[in-house]
Amino acid sequence: MLCQECRRKEANIHIVKNINGNQSELNLCEHCARKKEELDFSFEPQFSLHKLFASMLNQSLSDSREAMQADKMQCPSCNLTFSQFSQIGRLGCSSCVPAFEEKFKPLLRRIHGGSTHAGKVPVKARKRVNILRELDQLKEDLKVKIQNEEFEKAALLRDRIKAAEKEIYEKNDQNEAEKGDQQ
Amino acid sequence: MKQLEFSLSRWMDGGGPETDIVISSRVRAARNLEGHTFPCLASEEETGDVLEKINSTIAGKKDFSEFLYWPMGQLSEFEKQALVEKHLISLFLARESKNGALLLRRDEAVSVMINEEDHLRIQAILPGLQLEEAWQETEVYDDLLENDLEYAFHENYGYLTACPTNIGTGLRASVMLHLPALIVTRQINRYLGALSQIGLTARGVYGEGTEIIGNLVQVSNQVTLGQSEEEIISNLYSVIGQVIEQEQNARQALLDKKRADLADKAWRALGILEHAQIMSSQEAMQLISDLRLGHDLGLIKLVNHKLLNELLVLIRPGCLQLLAGRELNNSERNIERPVQVKEALDRYKE
Ligand SMILES: [Zn+2]
Ligand SMILES: [Zn+2]
Repeated sequence: MLCQECRRKEANIHIVKNINGNQSELNLCEHCARKKEELDFSFEPQFSLHKLFASMLNQSLSDSREAMQADKMQCPSCNLTFSQFSQIGRLGCSSCVPAFEEKFKPLLRRIHGGSTHAGKVPVKARKRVNILRELDQLKEDLKVKIQNEEFEKAALLRDRIKAAEKEIYEKNDQNEAEKGDQQ
Repeated sequence: MKQLEFSLSRWMDGGGPETDIVISSRVRAARNLEGHTFPCLASEEETGDVLEKINSTIAGKKDFSEFLYWPMGQLSEFEKQALVEKHLISLFLARESKNGALLLRRDEAVSVMINEEDHLRIQAILPGLQLEEAWQETEVYDDLLENDLEYAFHENYGYLTACPTNIGTGLRASVMLHLPALIVTRQINRYLGALSQIGLTARGVYGEGTEIIGNLVQVSNQVTLGQSEEEIISNLYSVIGQVIEQEQNARQALLDKKRADLADKAWRALGILEHAQIMSSQEAMQLISDLRLGHDLGLIKLVNHKLLNELLVLIRPGCLQLLAGRELNNSERNIERPVQVKEALDRYKE
């Protein structure tokens, strides 16, 4: 049999692989086999979530108090605990994120380099996210005005902050009472 | 019951920019429904509820009238495998999902996976380098679905996904590249190794782990949080642009030095593809790559990208069984493969 790679030389190396029951065979000459081997292993290893978790857990285990606290964290909605999460590497529901936030935020930073969403916002959440972003800005402005002793302007800002907060919390109550109602 | 048939997907039509090197561009968005347990922890009943909820929101909608609906439970193993091989569904949806289903637009450019690792995976796959266009397509259906569904979304962390590696935009953008010259000259590692430092990752399209088969490499973003969709995509464009340039330089250098060898290789590949009686998929992948390179360098004019893309897919185990219409074991497939290849080549000549 000729080598599958170069199809010139005799194939005297036979590699049989069995991956999840799928058998594949490779018949190569010595030269091509060596070339292939070099190429196969020179890639960057795939990012491993499990390894990352393991390293993070080992770090926190060195502080047993912190480890115990992490163990106690549990999602009130789907009942997933943080230690279960670190084993399966998957969250159970949208309430897991706030429940695990303390541990989760540094994890996100390690995976992504950042921890604040900068992309698309669902159409329905856009109004609310805009108000929240505006609120942050208003609070920043308020600090400056108070520092500069511009109290009249500060009072105006405070009113706007109150109005914005009211809008958000009323929305929340409404959502709780009647999901999907848009007003 | 309707049956899955072997068809050509939009990404295989050979159109689009940069098709000499970029075979296809794919974008997918991961989304979950608020108030429902994510699929991996959900019971059969809960995933059933989610499936019903999604189905009832699209039922009768004009925007989804061009979609076919395939519940995973109604497909045979090789039918599901064929969908994986055409990059229309994930291996996870095919093998591990509970109440998993596929919504597939007739042109097979857009697919929506239901109850994959997340409740919804919306994806678009187009020929050539068209990441921006693929994101636009994805976003159309993302917005349509959001009309009637409430997505799990956090103000600081963005779209919430089962796996922390997808949180934020939930976006995975990837391109399938044919890089024979960079691989044969071993320059590939220099370029691809550096990708992880800028939030990208590269791997062989077929084969497990780090192996590259048929000189096909997939490059995709790894970071989903802290960058916008536009940033992720433009980041990829600039990197892919450089890889394309390097591959073109390497091809030109090869052509200058080894024109006769390359032509010989391409013509031999065509000869074997036309006349072999037994063929493994690895051998077929390599032959198709040799033929593709010969075509792209202008050394052989008897083929085109559409045919080469079709070959790339129909030699895969699931598609072969789909074409044969029955289950085939490994050695039966090695006999069926050259039969189907020959038929495709003959169809093209007509
Ligand atoms: Zn060889
Ligand atoms: Zn939860």
